[in-house]
Amino acid sequence: MTKRILAYIDHFQGQAVPASWEAVGAARTVADALGGEVVAVVVGQGVRELAEQAIQAGADRALLAEDAALSDFRPEAYAAPVAKAAAEAEALLLPTTGRTRELAAMVGVDLETGVIPDVVALKVEGETLLATRPIYAGKLLSKVRVPERRPQILTLRSRAFPKQEMDAGRSGEIEPLEVDLGEVPTEVLGYAEAEAGVSLSDAAVIVSGGRGVSSNPKLTPPAEIADEKEQEIWRAQQGFKLIGELAEVLGAAVGASRAAVDAGYIPYAHQVGQTGKVVSPDLYIACGISGAIQHLAGMRTSKTIVAINKDPEAPIFKLARFGVVGDLYDVVPPLMAALKERLGK
Amino acid sequence: MNIVVCVKQTPDTAATVTVEDGKVSWGDAPLVLNPWDEYAVEEALRLKEAHGGKVTAISMGPEDAREALKQSLAMGCDEAILLSDAVFAGLDTLGASKVLAAAIQHIGDVDLVFFGRSSVDSDTGITGSQVARRLGWPALSLVAKISAIDPDSRRIEVERMLEEGRQRVAGPLPAVLSVVKEINEPRYPSFMGIRKAARAEIPVWSAAEIGLTEELKAAVEWPEIFAPPKVETECEFIEGESADEIAQKLADRLMEEKVI
Amino acid sequence: MDFGLTAEHEMVQKMVRDFARKEVSPGIKEADRKGEMEPHVLPRMGELGILGICIPEKYGGQGMDYIALGLACEELEAVDTTLRVVMSVHMGLCSMTLLQWGTEEQKQTFLTPLARGDRIGCGAFSEPGAGSDFAHIQATGRREGDEYVLNGEKMWISLATKADFAMVTVRTDAKAERPSAGLTSFIVELDRPGISRGDIHGKLGVRAGSTGWISFQDVRVPASHRVGEEGEGFKVTMSAFDNGRYTVAAGAAGLIRAALEASVAYAKERQAFGKPIAQHQLVQEKIARMARDYEIARLLYLRAGWMKNQGQRNTYQTSMAKHFATQASFEAASEAVQVHGAYGYSDEYDVERYMRNARGAMIYEGSNEIQTLIQADYALGYRKDKPLRCELPAYDPAVWQSS
Repeated sequence: MTKRILAYIDHFQGQAVPASWEAVGAARTVADALGGEVVAVVVGQGVRELAEQAIQAGADRALLAEDAALSDFRPEAYAAPVAKAAAEAEALLLPTTGRTRELAAMVGVDLETGVIPDVVALKVEGETLLATRPIYAGKLLSKVRVPERRPQILTLRSRAFPKQEMDAGRSGEIEPLEVDLGEVPTEVLGYAEAEAGVSLSDAAVIVSGGRGVSSNPKLTPPAEIADEKEQEIWRAQQGFKLIGELAEVLGAAVGASRAAVDAGYIPYAHQVGQTGKVVSPDLYIACGISGAIQHLAGMRTSKTIVAINKDPEAPIFKLARFGVVGDLYDVVPPLMAALKERLGK
Repeated sequence: MNIVVCVKQTPDTAATVTVEDGKVSWGDAPLVLNPWDEYAVEEALRLKEAHGGKVTAISMGPEDAREALKQSLAMGCDEAILLSDAVFAGLDTLGASKVLAAAIQHIGDVDLVFFGRSSVDSDTGITGSQVARRLGWPALSLVAKISAIDPDSRRIEVERMLEEGRQRVAGPLPAVLSVVKEINEPRYPSFMGIRKAARAEIPVWSAAEIGLTEELKAAVEWPEIFAPPKVETECEFIEGESADEIAQKLADRLMEEKVI
Repeated sequence: MDFGLTAEHEMVQKMVRDFARKEVSPGIKEADRKGEMEPHVLPRMGELGILGICIPEKYGGQGMDYIALGLACEELEAVDTTLRVVMSVHMGLCSMTLLQWGTEEQKQTFLTPLARGDRIGCGAFSEPGAGSDFAHIQATGRREGDEYVLNGEKMWISLATKADFAMVTVRTDAKAERPSAGLTSFIVELDRPGISRGDIHGKLGVRAGSTGWISFQDVRVPASHRVGEEGEGFKVTMSAFDNGRYTVAAGAAGLIRAALEASVAYAKERQAFGKPIAQHQLVQEKIARMARDYEIARLLYLRAGWMKNQGQRNTYQTSMAKHFATQASFEAASEAVQVHGAYGYSDEYDVERYMRNARGAMIYEGSNEIQTLIQADYALGYRKDKPLRCELPAYDPAVWQSS
């Protein structure tokens, strides 16, 4: 029998979670190595289009389980069709979300097999997938595998695997996945908007502004603001608005250097540094920050640092992975647009 | 209400973790109650205060793994039980969920089981859901709020934190919940609690005691643990003819390097 | 001899440390700049039981021992001295004095609400004209039937404007053969007619706290409020200082630790002449000294706390602990400022606050000069303690933890 590598397509309100296509792509890589086929699994109500998209993303065919009882995600309801589909498979790959962790967990129990969540890298060794995943908040990495049991269930971290190009010309069979859902006693009552604002300490991405934020001669303050110092603050506040917009695109928190806080541009709660908050995000974008040691001490353990500063000698460039020597007012607006586009927002 | 909280003992998050002889080492940093579990204990205690009943903390670990349980007692749990047995060593979540589920059934008459969202060491976040599946009880993970609970009509309503927003779900008791930090502010242990915890005799349950006779074998293997490779920070300056070009290039590089 | 802390003591340390760091640390700089005590501090310390930590449960306390008190003070002062000052006056000068010298009725009436944190206590001993020379205080108390009438002014009283009760010592017998034999102590509700109080501003340190004056003008106090007998006031006050002084010693150890931790962190970050300044020997000398002084201060106060637990008179040992720790904490803080260079001179960092706070402890609760004289008297054999009529009770868990 052909080896089957399953890719689960996670979705919310009819839209696929983009990382689902990455899972399809990863499944493709595995299937090619093992000489098998990629089968997408789509569960829900009115989600046939997602099955078609999965094939365009690289799946050979798709299994589709549709039922009124599946219109909202409930792990107990979704586990039954997924477990049925995966029972004979080599591997089941899912993107990592709050939903898929529950789903993978339950399918793992139903099929008495191993589940490896939040995988950042994958290698095929013989018949087994050797996964790499972060532990201890990413301070260490662990290689993990499910040597004997099948299927091997892995959830893949968002954006750790390549984005897939959709090939509109690809076609494949979409087969119905019939299963008895049984009595699922939970009920989804509704949804509420995610709360705005990311806390600085928890943020995975931080966009910070420094003293440089106030220097934008092209900005004219309104006539009512006559005092020079107040004009400076007004300019800086516009600058921080811009930084806030970039932060929003990235789902990031807004930080500031001590210089900016002391000058009154932004409240102390945003201060990053030895005497403010010490942060360790995945990405730290420093705009108009020179990089005094007190600030660096607060963010030097960030995984990746991007610096935008007019001064090519600014100390922050010594820590940065990517640097732009330029005016943040010139760079940030187009950067925001470019990122918006690439992130599909 | 009869409530069980599953807690884990982990190194302090401020610890510097390294790999020594292929194993994780945290130096002399203390072992503490997994920070996410504090929220779970707190929520359990609040429910007990509102509805009466009992809160039992259970933890699977080696013989000397009592810190997490002591901390739970100090916060106010009524009882703490250590699940320890040679056969529990090296288990994955599949095996651990079997042990925890068996212990919960052995305790009997349980209305609600709490977990923290994940443990800060292995960070899988799936054990709670697996325990629920084994017990045949609803799994409600990532709970940010218990909006309503009625022990008499056996119904619970929660808000779960999904990436897209909060999902409101209702279900029957008994149920298994994992909680996120938005749910509450954990209390400090009281001095009386501290005294009680320091003096507590914590019973140890073996596999036999909780009725686990079958072989427990991990389905998952961890052949290697290593430190992430240090990234050489030679700054890559992005240049271009115009700000637009620079912005495009930078955005591309960030996507390529999977930074975003 | 076990130098380790019990599991119970370790949990106490952690609990107080977590509270101080989470709930006081974030706002402390602002409070210090404003010169005001943050309003949530006293209520929270009361709610968490810290204000009654070593008082028996039957008097509303938490039933922990005197070492737990010391550990709590160390953790509190590591965040800010003003937190420990609360313990020094509420617990050391007021509550523990009641525990030691109070009648059963006084303990029920006054100690219980203090231990529960429902009421705040302080010690009103020093005066504008008398600090070290306590025997010559001028405030008076005149017996009239069932009451005493108090007159005088007390100054440099921590929590003067925040407290509900004060332990007050006045002269009741101007003709006593020795001035110290003419003093009597009272527990006084500070809302009695004739009492006025105010804050003292412009202090060098402990600005996030509350220090003030209390004025007594024909304040009538029932005789039942007298703590100890007439003429025992000097002994009562000296006992109060033994207890307050202990908390100062423990707290100062915490301050040394805070200065040390700040210096170590900064020295590892800051670079000069091609390497972190932690690798320069003159900086290392400062750090080594702070680390050593912390160990000494800690051992001295723990030993004094142990003696209190045993019911052993510890005036000498507490004096040594207070003297050493406060002197060392000022030096440690000053050197911490030096390690931080120009940044140490700015209130952006905590070390200048540590230094300003540390300076006060060398003056109050018995100036360090007085401590020297006390220790010399013991060392020379000039002073031999006679048992007091009322000693601080030895710690007995069975007694402390029974309701």
